[in-house]
Amino acid sequence: MQYQNTMTLSFISKSQNEAFARVAVAAFVSQLDPTLEEISDIKTAVSEAVTNAVIHGYENQEGIITVSCTICGNVVDITIADEGIGIEDIEQAREPLYTSKPELERSGMGFTMMETFMDEVEVESEKGKGTIVRMRKKLRSLD
Amino acid sequence: MEIKYSMKKGSLIVRISGEIDHHTSEDIREKLDREFQRQNAKNIIFDFSDIQFMDSSGIGVIMGRYKNVKERGGKVGIFNVQPQIDRIFQLSGLYKIINHYHSLDEAVASLQ
Ligand SMILES: Nc1ncnc2c1ncn2[C@@H]1O[C@H](COP(=O)(O)OP(=O)(O)OP(=O)(O)O)[C@@H](O)[C@H]1O
Ligand SMILES: [Mg+2]
Repeated sequence: MQYQNTMTLSFISKSQNEAFARVAVAAFVSQLDPTLEEISDIKTAVSEAVTNAVIHGYENQEGIITVSCTICGNVVDITIADEGIGIEDIEQAREPLYTSKPELERSGMGFTMMETFMDEVEVESEKGKGTIVRMRKKLRSLD
Repeated sequence: MEIKYSMKKGSLIVRISGEIDHHTSEDIREKLDREFQRQNAKNIIFDFSDIQFMDSSGIGVIMGRYKNVKERGGKVGIFNVQPQIDRIFQLSGLYKIINHYHSLDEAVASLQ
């Protein structure tokens, strides 16, 4: 039997919680004894998805963000969900440098960073309903 | 998050300690712009020795400062970038518009 573990966090979409979320996920994953680079990759990807929920999903209004993390053997699955405005064109949103908020000095690199630092990134979204980002990373250090 | 400033040969040297994310970036942006005006500086040099974390919000901060500095005919330089953040800079193409140096002395000398 492979080792399994799971956790879920729900919090209000305050920008203070961006650091909280990435640190909490990193602490949970640390039971697998990942490398510093792996931890850093996961923290960056979580920070991107949670920040998107705060800025774009809820447009700085209050809402609930749910982060869950499941470990199965050496595979880490992370889900970040909001019930905000949703994404109309997911393909366009994922393009490098595309941003709907250039006036806020956003660079449009969030999804590209998630894709670079994780092995798989899936986005499910419906306009007016919200967005779910699912990311997976295999910790090679444990192979 | 703490920012230390110094001036050398027209360049404002900025040493930020802590994390650059969406939450901290608004404060960083405001403080940097104020100090840049106050010192009447030409260039900005970022000392990245004490940055523990940076995500895409940091790219936005640096690109935004680059635009302001460029309007005044100045340049943006950076040195002491940790490996993880270096990957983010490579990925975003930021090194095409800002200069990456090995040390403060090299940055000050080539920007003056
Ligand atoms: N949770 C979300 N809810 C609604 N829209 C989203 C969400 N996440 C992303 N988007 C949309 O996708 C676009 C691209 O996101 P991405 O993270 O790549 O760039 P950004 O957030 O605009 O800029 P950066 O992440 O570089 O600061 C956003 O500009 C926004 O329009
Ligand atoms: Mg983003």
